[in-house]
Amino acid sequence: MLGASLKRLWHKLGSPRWFFSLTTPWVTFFGWSAAALLLWGTIWGLAYAPADYQQGNSFRIMYVHVPAAMLAQSLYIGMGVAGFIGLVWRMKLTDVAISACLPLGMVITALALFSGSVWGRPTWGSWWEWDGRTVSTLVLFFLFVGIYALREAIAEAELRARASALIAMVGTVNIPIIKYSVEWWNTLHQPASFGLTQKPAMPSEMWLPLLVMVLGFYCFAGMIVLLRMRSEILQREMSARWVSDWISGRESS
Amino acid sequence: MIRVALVREWQVLLRAKGAVINPLAFLLLTTTLFVIAAPDAITSGTDGPAEVAPGILWTLVLLTQLLALDGMYRRDFDSGVLEQSLVSAQVPFVTVLIRIFMQWLSTGFIMAMLAPILGWILGLSTQALPATALALLLGTPALSLLGSVGASVTVGFNRGGVILALLVLPLFLPTLVFGADMVMAAQVGRSVMPQVYALSLISLVALALAPFAALAGLKISLEMQ
Amino acid sequence: MTVQPLLDVNALSCERGGRRLFSPISLSVFPGDYVELVGANGSGKSTLLRTLAGLHSQFAGEYRSKDALYQGHRLGLDGLLTPLENLAWLAGLEDHTLDHDITLNALDRAGVLTKAYSPCSAMSAGQQRRVAMARWLLSSRKLWLLDEPLTALDASAQDLLRYVIAEHCATGGAVICATHHAIAIDGKSELRLDTSIAEGR
Repeated sequence: MLGASLKRLWHKLGSPRWFFSLTTPWVTFFGWSAAALLLWGTIWGLAYAPADYQQGNSFRIMYVHVPAAMLAQSLYIGMGVAGFIGLVWRMKLTDVAISACLPLGMVITALALFSGSVWGRPTWGSWWEWDGRTVSTLVLFFLFVGIYALREAIAEAELRARASALIAMVGTVNIPIIKYSVEWWNTLHQPASFGLTQKPAMPSEMWLPLLVMVLGFYCFAGMIVLLRMRSEILQREMSARWVSDWISGRESS
Repeated sequence: MIRVALVREWQVLLRAKGAVINPLAFLLLTTTLFVIAAPDAITSGTDGPAEVAPGILWTLVLLTQLLALDGMYRRDFDSGVLEQSLVSAQVPFVTVLIRIFMQWLSTGFIMAMLAPILGWILGLSTQALPATALALLLGTPALSLLGSVGASVTVGFNRGGVILALLVLPLFLPTLVFGADMVMAAQVGRSVMPQVYALSLISLVALALAPFAALAGLKISLEMQ
Repeated sequence: MTVQPLLDVNALSCERGGRRLFSPISLSVFPGDYVELVGANGSGKSTLLRTLAGLHSQFAGEYRSKDALYQGHRLGLDGLLTPLENLAWLAGLEDHTLDHDITLNALDRAGVLTKAYSPCSAMSAGQQRRVAMARWLLSSRKLWLLDEPLTALDASAQDLLRYVIAEHCATGGAVICATHHAIAIDGKSELRLDTSIAEGR
């Protein structure tokens, strides 16, 4: 019974129209949640969390850097998973998801790099250090750019979707390998850099606002990705009846 | 079919030796250029050549591999040989595997054989040379395998070389890291076993995944034709 | 004992960029059939053949076929190799080893015996197409999918083509051929692709 309804749900998930109507309330939900969480987290993290005994107040950029870095990686892995689903179950919607995650992923990774550099300046004394985390984030940025360049080079939609899915999958499988190799190299060549997100070691007053920020970032990403996906669905299904109905419905309201 | 495919690859290799020799000449040339241009950098680190030479060697190996990858499928793609492989062969996967193997044999394997010369040019100590050769031997298969995936998807592009580099260099990074460190470890007398395991593991994972991905990529490229 | 079709097509319509190229077609091809695909440029003839060969995956409908021999615009000959070496490799794909004399015989029938030991890049386009025809003679595949085989053929080569196709059909094979100029084969049937569905958008 459950299996049959799950299967039906899975097939429905592939329908752009169903996805569109399902996600209509989600956009507002994610939007408001993101605004609330980010506001709360920023104020808490900037004003109320205790200062780090080593780094003073400059560590607070962590409240931007860590969520950005986590989100960036999640977005790429999300593309990889979407690619896998798209190739195995031939769902067109997965390519919409990939094209939605891509620009956001690039921007968020750039934000992570920038905020990491800002964090490093007072700590390292320089704007950039080649440590494990910065290199991993930089490589992630190049992974995004690679898929972007690939998509720009293929004109035909179906083939572009398949190629992106393939490369996103290969990249996703490589991410843990890349991270591990960079961490390993890092332990040999760099002194232990500032301890990042070792949650047990951080007092809860420090990592709770971080958690809030992380949730806020993810809600923000949810909103943006859904908005882009919905916009692309409308574009792709332009000639369908339900689209013109929806548009005229909006215009009259 | 395997025998016939290998025979053809060998015949092509003999008649287009430039495809093999040019990248290797590039490697030897750039390595030498480095030594000429920055001799102090090579020899004056606190660990001697250990500091810079392994990284330089491996970076140049990566760039040489990129050069060799670009044309990996192009001739067969343009001539229609590739589409015949996919249409007529009972198991097209095998032809792809053989192509990748030959690509490795004509680049990575030879680079591993050249390791003693390259190491000597860069001033590595004699004790490090066998480890350097082994590092290249274990690491270059991953480069050929992962590179072939990028090459398979970009073979139909006009200026695919840049996109190929963009797609493939991030995937090369782990091999670069462990390979360079293996050479460095051998130079200073550390154990190289961890790096041996790491390089072998990466190459094995690549072997398990890349041929399928490359075949999928080739099908996509053929459909673009 | 009923004869099995070499190809069964059911409501097949090829697609590119999400658009159908032609109205769905259905047909069955039996040993001895010669089907000529006709239609204007861009009507999807090449795409249909590539789909049947397994090179093109965007389509609606279904088809079932025995292993086919496909000859596209690109000949599938490696320029660095001689005809003998190319034919050996192409036969090897189908998992059979060629006897040297039989190969030479096929090249002779195709009229390029004198070129058997020169690399294909040194031959003209017409001569290379003759080598391709020699390959057809040596293939064990019953179903042939030929895309514009008359290209670059001189008069005698065109006669050869006609003869080779007729002989193949007479000996239990079948040919589907996309061509601008009709080829006179006994008992041929025509398949015209209806592109109004594509133009009507």
